[in-house]
This record gives sequence, structure tokens and C-alpha cells, in this order.
Amino acid sequence: MTRFGVIRFPGSCDEVDALQACERYGDAELLWHRERGLRDIDAVVVPGGFSYGDYLRPGAIARFSPIMEAVADFARDGGRVLGICNGFQVLCEAGLLPGALLGNDHLRFRCRQVEVVVENVDTAFTRACAREERLSIPGKHTTGRYFAPPAMLEELEANGQVVFRYAPGHNPNGSLNDIAGIANEAGNVVGLMPHPEHAVNPLCSSADGGKLFASAALEPLPA
Amino acid sequence: MNPVASQTPHRALGLTDAEYELICEKLGREPNPLELAVFSLMWSEHCGYKHSRKLLKLLPTEGPHVVMGPGENAGAVDVGDGLAIAFKVESHNHPSAVEPFQGAATGVGGILRDVFAIGARPIAILDSLRFGELDTARSRYLLDHAVAGIGHYGNSIGVATVGGEIYFEGPYEQNCLVNAMCLGLAPKDKMIRSAAAGVGNVIVLMGALTGRDGIGGASVLASAELDEDEDKRPTVQIGDPFEEKKLLESSLELLDRGLLTSLQDLGAAGLTSSSSEMASKGEVGIEIDIDQVPLREADMEPFEVMISESQERMLCVVEPERLDEVFAVCSKWDVRATAIGTVTDTRRLCVLAGGEVVGDMPVEALVDDCPVYDLDPVEPSEPVYRPPTAKLGGGESPADLLLALLASPNIASKRWAFEQYDWIVGSRTTRRPEDAEAAVLMLDSSGAMGAIAVSIDGNGRRVACDPYTGAVEAVLECARNLACVGAEPLGLTNCLNFGNPEKPHIAWQLTRAVEGLRDACLAVEAPVVGGNVSLYNEGGGGPIYPTPVVGMVGKLPDPTTVPWSGFRESGHAIALVGPFEPSLAGSELEKLEGKLSTELPAIDLDRHAAALVAIRDAVRSGVIATAHDVSEGGLACAVAECAIAAGIGAQVDLGENFALFGEGPGGVLLAASPEAIEKLAESLQPHGFRVIGETGGDRIDIKAGVATLSVPVAAAQEAHGGSLPSRFE
Repeated sequence: MTRFGVIRFPGSCDEVDALQACERYGDAELLWHRERGLRDIDAVVVPGGFSYGDYLRPGAIARFSPIMEAVADFARDGGRVLGICNGFQVLCEAGLLPGALLGNDHLRFRCRQVEVVVENVDTAFTRACAREERLSIPGKHTTGRYFAPPAMLEELEANGQVVFRYAPGHNPNGSLNDIAGIANEAGNVVGLMPHPEHAVNPLCSSADGGKLFASAALEPLPA
Repeated sequence: MNPVASQTPHRALGLTDAEYELICEKLGREPNPLELAVFSLMWSEHCGYKHSRKLLKLLPTEGPHVVMGPGENAGAVDVGDGLAIAFKVESHNHPSAVEPFQGAATGVGGILRDVFAIGARPIAILDSLRFGELDTARSRYLLDHAVAGIGHYGNSIGVATVGGEIYFEGPYEQNCLVNAMCLGLAPKDKMIRSAAAGVGNVIVLMGALTGRDGIGGASVLASAELDEDEDKRPTVQIGDPFEEKKLLESSLELLDRGLLTSLQDLGAAGLTSSSSEMASKGEVGIEIDIDQVPLREADMEPFEVMISESQERMLCVVEPERLDEVFAVCSKWDVRATAIGTVTDTRRLCVLAGGEVVGDMPVEALVDDCPVYDLDPVEPSEPVYRPPTAKLGGGESPADLLLALLASPNIASKRWAFEQYDWIVGSRTTRRPEDAEAAVLMLDSSGAMGAIAVSIDGNGRRVACDPYTGAVEAVLECARNLACVGAEPLGLTNCLNFGNPEKPHIAWQLTRAVEGLRDACLAVEAPVVGGNVSLYNEGGGGPIYPTPVVGMVGKLPDPTTVPWSGFRESGHAIALVGPFEPSLAGSELEKLEGKLSTELPAIDLDRHAAALVAIRDAVRSGVIATAHDVSEGGLACAVAECAIAAGIGAQVDLGENFALFGEGPGGVLLAASPEAIEKLAESLQPHGFRVIGETGGDRIDIKAGVATLSVPVAAAQEAHGGSLPSRFE
């Protein structure tokens, strides 16, 4: 059974939600940010929230938490890492994912159910999805406008690293190319702004987000 | 020369000469400046409730579900399975009128602390906001920044903002209202009270540094020449949700590990009120050493330290042998924790600085001996409020009126606001705001343990028309919203926002409103478990509308049966149920016509209470797709709102007896399959049940006697949804 580890930074807000979502598909535990190892974790979730109060820049301080060194090593060795919202920001700040998240074009926090299209089903967190599948997942953030310089953007598109794209009319923040989530080149590290952990129960809007955790719970691909 | 400073200090601090003499009598001497500052705050309306305490005794506070009643940081009700819901509403009106972003943010921060101070994890925030008409730049500024402030604090700390209400009326132009309500979930056996106990135990201050924030009128003590000494000026409290998040987590961990004897948040009047109230409840004394308090500014006077309202601080009582463990938990969360005093057996609040006693006051005098005044209510012979400015020219068709009402900011969609709030964090919220009549939060992640429902309501203009009936209606509307999601009321909290109670007509409004609250609470069996009073809300233009805001919490067994506010399918039958006797008095249409009634139709509380139980039971049967309370804008607006939600039209015939836009309490629209509606008829027949139409098509067609209207759903959606955003383009 896949063992998920969900990191808790001071200021994390969605770590318990992520923990509960993971528990639907595997074993899961919280990892305190001061830990230096990942124990026997199979997949890491860097959760949403406002780590370190978003001071300086979202994710800019959390990336220096002791546990992030272990996460970087883990990712380099092909370990599965999912960054959600603030977690996505942390992974970008840590250089584990390319690009950056900027302030929403309307400058407000916006909480809204959005539809995203799965563009790449060959990542650790989309293997259980169908290509072009539309997922209904809530997004909620102030700093979620994906940005990468033109050359990098072109490369990401060419490599298929754009994993999730907002469906037409659903881009809530002005992200370039409607990008909602991206992967590293190897596809073992994925980050997205919408919150799949808040879409695992139809009573709370949708269960579509469960597919990301289900994907991670599949047996890993042979190296 | 500063006119304030030229007064005697006690008058400048808001104390009467008689109160000052009483202080001298209690102390057996004249108070020193620190003691005077402490007394002035403890004997203020805000802390001492001196004009409202007697009235509040009228409210019923006991019931089978009450776990904690008024007097603690928050009230709490039993929700089964060893769990309790703690909740309270509190105002932050005056700070929000000065600095709306920080005022609203710290209002949220304060109510969150009240809830986790009793050991409950905050799970939901609701807000009740009042501003002047959106035609003015000031009102738009206040709304914009207050909403952003609420979002900033609630979103950043990870507590869902699940509902609320916003009204716009002229009398709130100078005095906006920002009332924040918080709900928390606690295992009953982990809850804690604030009474200090155990002589020799240590007083520990946790959280942020203490600065000069919010040192209000007492600044006259800092300097006789306030004008010439800029850095002694009072500052607005600034919120830091990250600090509070750490404080929240560390407090709950400390409680979970059983390391605290008592816990209290620092709110108004800071260390002064928290320490004296802890000592009063525990019938002990407290000694505080000012030199130990970690300061943000080095040169603070002892009295400033005592009354600072710096945010994100908590005070706890710890047994000496557990101190190291407490410090370890706080250190884990990067929360500052400092021993600043001890529990004594003197029943005095003793303040030390530089090794000397700088203040020494009997706790009883501070907390219990605050003079309590009788109100002098007189029903006004003249209208208190000018009628609102007319927005309609006259001669509009019913269709035009419907669109005008839907676009009126009081009725228009508040999506613009609530999309700025995180309503999903915590994985309990089963409906987006506006998706159901009340917010519904599951008690566990599957919903198997049931859910709680919560609603916050209060239409100040209707209370202005008739304080007794308007207050009754606020309670009934909450109860009706709960019934619409199948919830049984367990308890309520209220915030009484009024003008100056020393004026006879305001005293009359307050008295009648409290009497209305009492009668309605008894009728719907919802005891008051806590609340807050905000008086003296009078700007240059006169008093605010009298605004009792009611927040009610209930429980429902099965969240899967919760209906939606809007129509779900074409071909559903639409029924009206409840003792609904609409009238234009106090209605939104009357407001748009520039009129203000001076009375509302009387209410038969027993009929309403019986109907609410029947509606709740019908909803719990699980066959109802749509349940929508008929409120502002009357039946026509209620039908339109149901249609707007999912773009499903309706054909409705109200018969001869119902005005299209008349308002009044008691009406609920239901929609379900025709078979389901037929089955419900039997149980709901005694409660005014009648089928009035069916869903379908892309128009809203309504007949009421000779009056008819027909409006495309898309036009209604545009009017309702576009109104607020258009003010901020």
C-alpha cells in the first residue's frame, strides 16, 4: 500500500484535508517541517495554505525548511511529489518545478470551482486519468498566475510538462497558456494550483480530485 | 491646548464623577493613573455592559443542549458523540469604520481566539456586514476593504468562511457594522474554562509582542499634549493571521496534552480584562510583573502594557511543574511564551514594575462592582429615521420591479464577496454560500455523524420599523433557514448593534428588541449561549438602524438530504408552505419607493414554531430538491432566486391573496417531483401548504391575481449577479 507523507509547515492550512484525501487511497501521515528525513514514505504531498504567513513571497521561506532538502533528494531519485497551491509555490521556489506563480491578474483571492483538462496522463499523479479528461476541482488563491519566460514555456509545452490546463473560460487568475499545473521532465514531481484534496467527496462538490491520489497509489512504473 | 486633556482624567476616560467616587471608595484612596486606566476600561460599556446587563438577563440561556452558556469566552452546545460546537458572534464596528481592512481582519482574529480559548478548533466563520448605500465612494471603500480583511485573516489561518449577510442602508454610512461569528468543534472532555485556579500557579503570556496598539482614550494619560507628541498617538490594531495560526495550533496542542489549568484570550483591554476576569471567575488574585512582558516598543509605560490591545495573544494558567513542557510545545510552534505572573490568594489584581507595586485593585471591584444602569426607554413620538431616498420613479411594470429588486444590493448576489473567502478548507462544507439556506458542515469527513447548520441574520431596517417584531423576525429567519436544511436549532448567539442607549428612544429600541429576541428564542427553543453588545453606534447622521444580529446553530442527521436554494430540475412542482402573510411594510420595495413604515404586522409565534418543525421533518425525509426562504423582495424574488441558481425557469400562480413583492416571515418555497410534493401535502397541509406552480423553461412567469410578470431567466441572472461586481469595475 502506498504510504503518503503530507508536510506540515507553520501556516499550512490544507494539510489535514490532504491527509484525509490520501487516506482514501493509501496510508498517510503528517511530516513536521523540521524533520530531516522522509521515513519510509512512497509519495510526498506539499499541501496548501500560507506557510510562514506567505511572508516575503509565497513558498519563499518554506523551501528552506529542513525537510525540503530531503524532498529534493527524494524527487531527484524519482520519488513522487505533489505540490498543491502553496505546495506548488514551494516546489517552484525550491527549483523542483520550473516557472513561478505570480499574483492573480485581478489581485483578489478567488475561491471557485474550476474545470481543468488533463493534458498529460504519463505523470505520477495523472496515470489514473484519461487524456483530455475534464476534472472539476476548486481553486482558491491570491497568487496563482503561472508564469514562465517564453523559451521555457515553449519547452514545457513541447515536453508535455503542462499537466493540467484550465478549461476554456475557467482560468481564474490569468495564468499563461491557461496552465493550472505542471510536471518536471521526469513526471514524478507535479504541482497545481487547484485543490484536488478538496474534491474527493461528492458531498463537498466533486470527487474528481481523487484521481490524482489514486494515480499516486498505483504501483510505480518500473524505472 | 487639547480639549480632551483639559478635562479631568476620569472624565476624559469616559467615567462619570459618581463612578470616579465609587472607584475611590472601593480602593479606599484615589486611583493612580494606571489604576484609573484599568478601571475606565473594566467599567466601560464594552467590558462592563453597564447599560445592557440588566436587559440581557431577560434572554433565555438554558436548554437541554447547552454545554457552556454566557460568561465564558464562547458558548457551546452538545452535538452528540462526545462533541460540542462552540460559537459566538462579536462586533468590530468602530475599528472597521476607521480602518476597514485591519478592523475586519482583527474582528475575525478576535472571535477565532474566543473559540479556541475554550479548547475548540475553529471550523467556520460567518460575517454580518452593514454599510451605507453603495452609491457613495466611502461605502464601496468600506465594503471592498472589509471583505478583503475578512478574507485575509480567515483564508490565511485556514478556517472556512461559510456564510454571512450584507445589507446597505443609509444609517450605516458613518457607522458600518462588522460582526464576525466563529464556530469551533471540540471534544467535550477537552474543553476548558477561563477561571484561574491554584494559588502559586504561573501566569503565562503566549503569542505576539505587546505594543501600543489600540490604546484608545487612555492615551490622554500618556501625554497632556497629545497633539505635540506624535509617537504617543493610539494606533489601530494590526492583525497577523500567521501568528494566530501558530497560537491556535499551540493552544490546542497544550490543551490536548492537558498542560493548562485555564486559558483566556486577550481582546478588548488586553491584559487588564483577561487577567481580572480570570481572577474573578476563579475567585483568586493575580500578580503581574510588567517587566516580564515582552514588548515591541522599549519605552512603554506600565499602564500601556496593561491596556494594550496588541492582537494574537493568550493568557494561560500553568502548574509550575508543567512549565517546561508548556514552553517546549510553544517553542515547537515558534510561539513566544513568557511567565509574567502568579495566581495569588489575595483576590486583588496586583501590578508590579521595577520591583514596585504600581497598581493594586480588588478584582471584585473591577469585574463585579461596575455600576449597572437602568435604561429609560421612551417610545419615540416622531420617526427616528428619515425615509430612504426613492430609487423608483413610479409606474414601473411588475417585470421592471422584479429586475430592480434583484439588482438592489440588499438582494443582489453576494458572490463577489464570498468568492474572496475560502469556504472549503476543513473538508466539511457541503454547500457553497448561496447554494443552501444555511451553511452545512459535516461533523466527520463522511457525514455519517451528521452535520451542523448555521445561519446569521438580522434585517436592521425592519427592526427600525418595529423593534420587537423585527427582532422576532431575525430569530425566525435563522430558524427557518435551519429548517430549510433539515436542522433542529440547538442554540444561538447574538450581537446587539444599537445607538446611544442613554437616549430614551434608543433605550426603547434596545428594550423592545431584546424582548422580541426573548420571545422568539423561547418559541423556537433556541437558548442564547453567548453574545456581544455594541452600543453608541451614532455618526454625524444619527443612530444606525437598530441591528440585532442573530447567529443560530442547529444539527441535522444526514447531510445527503440537504436541499438546495435553487431549482434542480425541470418538471418539479413548486409549493409554498408556512404562515406567510406578506405586507409591503418594511419591504425592499417600500425602501426603493422611498418609504419607511413605523410598524410591522404582528406575529403568531406558535404557528411559526409549529410550521418550522413540520418543514424540518419534511426536509429530513430526503425528497425535497429545493427549499428557499421567502425574504427580501417577497415571493416574486424568491421564485426568481430559485430560477437564477441553475438557470431553470418557473411558471407560478400565486392566486388572489399574495402580493408579488410583499414581505413577512414564515414563507418557504419547496420544489420536488410532483409525486413527492403530493406526498408532503398531508403533513404540511396544516401549515398553509399549497402548490403554486412548476419548474421549467427559460422564463420566470408569475401571476398574482391581476398582476403578472414574465422575465427571461437570463435577464434575472444578469440583474442579480451583475449588480455588485458592476460597482467595482
